[in-house]
Amino acid sequence: MSLLDIQNLSLAIGNRPILKDVDLAVAPGEVVGLVGESGSGKSMTAMTVMQLLPFTAKAAGSVRFDGIDILAATEDQMCALRGDDIGMVFQEPMTALNPVKTIGEQVAEGIRWHTKAGRAEAEERARKILDRVGLPEAKFPLTRYPHELSGGQRQRVVIAIACALKPKLLIADEPTTALDVVLQAQILDLLRDLVHENKMGLLLISHDLAVVTEMSDRITIMRHGEVMEAGETARTLSSQTHPYTRQLALASMHVPKRRPFFPLEGEMSPKATEGVASEGNVARSDIVSKMSSTAETPFPGRFAAISPPRGERTPLVSVENVSRLYPGRRTSFFGRSAPVHAVDDVSLSIAPAQSVALVGRSGCGKSTLARMILALDNPSAGAIRFRGEPISHRNEAELKPARRDMQVVFQDPYGSFDPRQSVEKLVAEPLHLLEKKPTPAERREMVAHALNEVGLGPADLDKYPHEFSGGQRQRLSIARAIITRPKLIVADEPVSALDVSIRAQILDLFADLNGRLGVAYLFITHDLTVARAITDEVLVMHEGRIVERGATKEILDRPQSEAAQALVAAAPDLHRAIARKIQEQG
Amino acid sequence: MTAYLLKRVAIAFATLVLASIVVFAVLEILPGDPARLMLGMNATAEQVEQVRTQMGLNDPLLLRYFHWVGNLVLLDFGRSYTYSVPVIDLVRERVAVSLPLALIALALSTLIAIPVGLHAASRQGRFGDTVSMGVSQIGVAIPNFWFALLLIYLFAVWLKWVPAGGFPGWSAGIWQALKALILPAVALALPQAAILARVTRQAMIEVLSEDYIRTARAKGMPYRAVLWRHALRNAMIPVLTILGLQFAFLLAGTIIIENVFYLPGLGRLIFQAITQRDLIVVESVVMLLVATVILVNLVVDFSYAMIDPRLRGRS
Amino acid sequence: MTLQTEIPRESLTSLAAKALHHRSFIAGFFVTVLVAGMAALSFLWTPYDVTKLVISDKLLAPSAAHWFGTDHFGRDVLSMIMIGARNSIAVALVAVGIGIGIGVPLGCWAAARGGFVDEALMRLNDLVFAFPALLSAIMITAIFGPGAINAIIAIGIFNIPVFARVARAGALSIWPREYILAARAAGKGKALITLEHILPNIATLLLVQGTIQFALGILAEASLSYVGLGAQPPMPSWGRMLFEAQTRMAQAPWMAIFPGMAIVITVLALNLLGDGVADILDPKSRRRR
Repeated sequence: MSLLDIQNLSLAIGNRPILKDVDLAVAPGEVVGLVGESGSGKSMTAMTVMQLLPFTAKAAGSVRFDGIDILAATEDQMCALRGDDIGMVFQEPMTALNPVKTIGEQVAEGIRWHTKAGRAEAEERARKILDRVGLPEAKFPLTRYPHELSGGQRQRVVIAIACALKPKLLIADEPTTALDVVLQAQILDLLRDLVHENKMGLLLISHDLAVVTEMSDRITIMRHGEVMEAGETARTLSSQTHPYTRQLALASMHVPKRRPFFPLEGEMSPKATEGVASEGNVARSDIVSKMSSTAETPFPGRFAAISPPRGERTPLVSVENVSRLYPGRRTSFFGRSAPVHAVDDVSLSIAPAQSVALVGRSGCGKSTLARMILALDNPSAGAIRFRGEPISHRNEAELKPARRDMQVVFQDPYGSFDPRQSVEKLVAEPLHLLEKKPTPAERREMVAHALNEVGLGPADLDKYPHEFSGGQRQRLSIARAIITRPKLIVADEPVSALDVSIRAQILDLFADLNGRLGVAYLFITHDLTVARAITDEVLVMHEGRIVERGATKEILDRPQSEAAQALVAAAPDLHRAIARKIQEQG
Repeated sequence: MTAYLLKRVAIAFATLVLASIVVFAVLEILPGDPARLMLGMNATAEQVEQVRTQMGLNDPLLLRYFHWVGNLVLLDFGRSYTYSVPVIDLVRERVAVSLPLALIALALSTLIAIPVGLHAASRQGRFGDTVSMGVSQIGVAIPNFWFALLLIYLFAVWLKWVPAGGFPGWSAGIWQALKALILPAVALALPQAAILARVTRQAMIEVLSEDYIRTARAKGMPYRAVLWRHALRNAMIPVLTILGLQFAFLLAGTIIIENVFYLPGLGRLIFQAITQRDLIVVESVVMLLVATVILVNLVVDFSYAMIDPRLRGRS
Repeated sequence: MTLQTEIPRESLTSLAAKALHHRSFIAGFFVTVLVAGMAALSFLWTPYDVTKLVISDKLLAPSAAHWFGTDHFGRDVLSMIMIGARNSIAVALVAVGIGIGIGVPLGCWAAARGGFVDEALMRLNDLVFAFPALLSAIMITAIFGPGAINAIIAIGIFNIPVFARVARAGALSIWPREYILAARAAGKGKALITLEHILPNIATLLLVQGTIQFALGILAEASLSYVGLGAQPPMPSWGRMLFEAQTRMAQAPWMAIFPGMAIVITVLALNLLGDGVADILDPKSRRRR
């Protein structure tokens, strides 16, 4: 008999239909994965089970939990179920805990509420469950406040709250999406153990097919509020009978085709690159500078590939013994704790047209390093050179030539555009760096060209960012980055906020531009599949230092350092997960 | 914890010092010679000069500033030109009216506003919310002195329940004195309560949409329990900010309301002093009020630290 | 890792459509225009000439001839309210202008520079906040004597830190956005970024705060002229009219009721307008009141 049994569930919020005829069942002790891209209705299904929907929501169909009709249950009945028989873990650990209450209070609260236990008894039980989720009393006393814990630790507290009373069903809604891969693996292990120990049913909601495959016995795939396919995990994913399942799986395992960059292949119009040639190019070599300044050889960067091999000439970027210190926390009015080394004595170099991944866990200093390479932040020690020219501690005027040749793509496709400017203005922003300001007509043409390059049309010129989807915005972001024909693009987690199918398209675009324009990439990511997909070389960063470097395939297959091994082991991999499942489930 | 509090104390102190410099500077650039003002128009130049030396008016600027501040710290505010008594005596007498008035008004407005705001937030969009927010919208727009006039017309002129103004003094008995303060306090409190109720409601609504409220509800606690145990304390942070700001407005309001009700408080004192150009009194009272505002804001800062552990840092 | 939901920019037509369905915006806008129109009209025409004192008509109750009655000098209360509106609007408007003109650049500067500049400016803000507008007015009056200009300066000074804080808080929330980093990567300096990205994005906040401060300015001006620190006779002002009505509450309550109503209605309309603007421009709030 099922613990949770959802049949023909339909849901509408106001007049907007959210779910349509959803069927889903979870048996005691069973892990069911619920997969879908954003907007597929997977979270709303969970909220319906919890009855924590907005007031205007109307549900029809049947949701039964342990024999109770949830849709007909009163609020009092639901209160008795929530936190006692059904626990829930949420996506965002940073905001899921009340900042003004201690973790002890927050864990004990549910225990006291449901069991009518006294304060001391509830605290004792809270202590036990916190210890069980990996927060032992000695290091994490009950009197800690949420802000004193890291994201992963906070998620453990949320899990402790949800599991404190050994619920029959645990619902985990994207419990690891906000965490890096190593933390993700730890939290998933914890969930798996808890399910096992207590014979809980687990409904695991995720957009990540690999995560769900690794964890679940059965899997349900949703799209646009409807169930596409459901069944045993191994069989569903090995046969991939449903086209959408196949599509999701393919996107998850997607590796973009990369063509080696070849000089005279491009489709660049000479006009678009006029005025882009910079002192840096001229300095490279006499012949190159002469050629690049003539109209017949449109794109100077193209000479990168016919230049001698690496090592015999100036690298595009060289970082020499760079450190970045942040002042320590104020401990008293006069004192501060020791300064934090966000980046600690790091050296690296990137050759023209090379694609390099900088991989590490969150907080390892990789974004700080990227900002210094972009000259948006200055190192405390060491030197950063771009084409041999030092770029740290320079004023904007001095940086102009370097800035023309390096651009940036950010993670968040929503936050990286000023909502009040049109696409034309936004994409044209780096043109500010040109010595000769383009006329409005030239500007428009250059933007149209860049949009064309990333697969958007001239019709998009006058739109505003909110009119685009996440994937399209990331394309805009890339268009903005390539408009000055830079030699280097720094991309900070450029696909981690995107759904898998969109992610695959954007990775393709990156690979294509690398081949076509000969632009070098520095990809900052905690996701090894991204690194594997589009980079030649990987740098592994851990606690401010680079602990390993080498060819991408080499490092991902045979990691040497502990940090790299942890990252590789923790990275969810759909191939591996399916193989393992097939073994388990036969 | 101490780092935060020490910083707030240092800031309050610095603000107080800056304020004293401003007030002192105003005293300096004022037209008119205090010595001549004191002696009247018939005094000779020598007489004036003699008094100036006596009063220390011929000392260097910095010396005079430190002298003035030093005396302020010792609660020696100087002598009033017109009353010919130490200013501190005048102030002491008047504070006995102004301070109770401000405190009653503050208590009244808080006691009305916070329950109304909470109730409205918990019943957002429903009848009670709509009515109380409509009334508060009007309350925000009413000038307190006009509201005072209407109260006088209704309760003193028409119903004759309370006196229309004046103050019998605390010696006349607590009840008599309080009776004279009721209308002024209500006139001060209600417009402030309207603002506070709106802020409370807004803060509460914002907090109720936070993720941790959902976590608390997922624990199985009923909505009302979540409201009291989780939302209230977080919502108090913006409410406290406004309470601190409101105290400054209340003080200013007291000055005006005392004039409406002919109450012998600091407000009356300051206006009489202005008309009589008794500047030492004006300066002293302004300095006193400014110090009070700074002190109240310091108390607000301290209560933030009580509520929000993030400000306390690692203990 | 969190995704921010950006404020989507909306077309003017959709904003106008939203405005037309927003009841408090409509009411606030309509009444505000009415008050402003009344003030403008008073330059050309008022029912009676308020510079002429007609003692024989003193303290007349409201009637068909004098809708709002007459005062102790026989002046028409309606005409005085119309002219008083000019004073109120002018004082509040200039005071808001002072606040925006000085406060916003300071706030943006503090947010852009950070560090010492920020700290120093915020401490100055604390200082001004320690002097309630009325106290500043008292001090200014003590120096220069009473008058409408003093009221403007006193209220204006008080507005500076208000706008500085709003602008700074708004700017600080924009600065860490990725599009600012992108603009910096495009070589734009802090001043240019403030002009191109920060100001347009905090304009809504400033507009809403502007209407609030405008309403507060009208209240403050009334308070100041009530205690004799604002506009001086014979210039009619709402606060002054209430002061003159006070001793005649028993015989002529209309002298107090109508100017007071004028203040309440104007301030109420401005507050409704401000709420409405905030609602319409903020897609997150779906309130409709």
